[in-house]
Amino acid sequence: MGVERTFKDYVIKFFKHITLIFASAVCLLPLVSCVFAAFKTAEEFSVTSKITPPQDWTHFDNFISFWNDSGILQGFLTSVSVMIITICISVMMGSMLAYVLDRFTFPGNGLIRGAFLLASLVPGLAMQVTIYKMMVNMNLVDTMHGYIILMAGTDVISIYILLQYFENLPRALDESAIIEGCTYYGVFFKILMPLLRPAMVTCMILKGVGIYNEYYNANLYLQSKAKFKTVSTALYTYMGPTKSQYEIISAGVLICILPILIIFLLFQKQIYNGMTNGAVKG
Amino acid sequence: MSVINSAVPTPQGKRTFREWLLQPKVQKWLLIITFSILPLTLLVMFTFYPFGKMVEFSFYNMSYTKVRGFVGFKNYLDVFKKDELFATFSVSFYYMVGAVLQIAIALYFATILSFKTKGTAFYKGAMFFPFLINGIAIGFIFKFFYTRGYVLDTVLQAVGFELENLPYWLRDKSINNWSLVFTSLWKYMGQNMVLFSGAIMSVDPTLYEAAAIDGANKWHQFRYIILPSISTVLTLNVIMSITGSLSAFEPPYVITSMGGNGTATYFIQMHQTAHVQHKVGLACAMAVILTLIIVIATGIQKLAFKYTFRNATTESKG
Repeated sequence: MGVERTFKDYVIKFFKHITLIFASAVCLLPLVSCVFAAFKTAEEFSVTSKITPPQDWTHFDNFISFWNDSGILQGFLTSVSVMIITICISVMMGSMLAYVLDRFTFPGNGLIRGAFLLASLVPGLAMQVTIYKMMVNMNLVDTMHGYIILMAGTDVISIYILLQYFENLPRALDESAIIEGCTYYGVFFKILMPLLRPAMVTCMILKGVGIYNEYYNANLYLQSKAKFKTVSTALYTYMGPTKSQYEIISAGVLICILPILIIFLLFQKQIYNGMTNGAVKG
Repeated sequence: MSVINSAVPTPQGKRTFREWLLQPKVQKWLLIITFSILPLTLLVMFTFYPFGKMVEFSFYNMSYTKVRGFVGFKNYLDVFKKDELFATFSVSFYYMVGAVLQIAIALYFATILSFKTKGTAFYKGAMFFPFLINGIAIGFIFKFFYTRGYVLDTVLQAVGFELENLPYWLRDKSINNWSLVFTSLWKYMGQNMVLFSGAIMSVDPTLYEAAAIDGANKWHQFRYIILPSISTVLTLNVIMSITGSLSAFEPPYVITSMGGNGTATYFIQMHQTAHVQHKVGLACAMAVILTLIIVIATGIQKLAFKYTFRNATTESKG
């Protein structure tokens, strides 16, 4: 093999770039066409081609009209508050459980790990039928706390991410703290928790995005749509049989996507790493 | 601790509660119980208990409010007898084909992006971002995308197709399931790719050098270094795709309003059976069957991959 590039190398390189560009274009085209539509007036939208940019990039009427009519502000407030509460509960619970499972050997440790692995095999949505009946019996349907409890339910991915992170924290840390007179609780809250922060941030982002995007349970369990509106249910109100005004809907879609896009651009690395860690273990 | 406790007058030989509490063994168990009780309660409450109930309900003819009696395996037989239920399996088949394509494409891009390429961050971001988008938003995006004369049609016209020759992407029964499968591929391909590239990056770079010295080409590198080292993630993704294709629900739910025009997947049908027709027993039987298929598929896959990679995994797993 010579150092000189052969003709074949160039062909391979060319092919590689063409496929990359093509795939990125395919991924972005549906989004870009939405951006174009969102800035067009109703008339402009109906006469121009759907892949031509709008004439006026400062035409914000569609955004304003979506903002005023959809109750998306209420949706944001609900989704964000559910998100904050559930994230706190579930990441806290996840790290506590990971601490117990990683640092202590006791009969039942393997059983608990097995139980979580088994739970990850059962498709969550399949059990909706019985969970719904259970929620009816406990009077938790159409209540905010019911939805929060349901969403906070321990998720396996966070536990795996946290477990893996724990494995990389040296045990000598715990031991020396114990010798200094620290209790196990002290070890967890004072010593390990601060070190766990990167893994927790990853879990928070993944869980947060999941809750922000959640529709199925929000629709099923928060039935008083006027009272409890999440981002998804607010957006869904535009899904009617009536003639769709795509320029306004596109604006709404972009409003809903924007916070996620910002989070993604800020935390790309954590998101990629978190996904990989969670999955390799599973 | 003995210093503190010796100041407290206690009967000889008996430990104080505080002393008892401070024993390492008791401390350990106290911690284990307090830290795991809540997650385990939730796990039992929202996974194992409902699962048990689901199996139980599947033997009854019942609605959410009324139990009309034990029917044995009738619900299970109905799933296979009723055409509208059984037909949904064939819809799932489209998603399975889509899942295989998705994994192959993801593997391709993960591999080429793991070697130095200009603009990796951009390509990776562009392909991954759809995974983070709200399902309802995706629904709207693709309704818009597929509408007659809109985005897709315009693009196809630009490259030379005639509008009259193009199908109605969401209405035409011969194509609409593929259209929906594409939305699912669009959303999840990037996620698979990120998972694969994470695993590929953990490969020891000296292996490539050693392979190059031995005269291995790019294909050999892929086959003998990359593929074995990502076998775990690959297995997991194949399993997830099978699970996903059977329980696919968002595309038809949102884009073709609850699976109209023959696009109802198994999961959509299950949802309708439970929440629209209120046949809870039948829906539970469907859920049990779904779970069984997934468990079996997982088992077969694990075995198959173990068999395929039996020689290669030892050195690369580390």
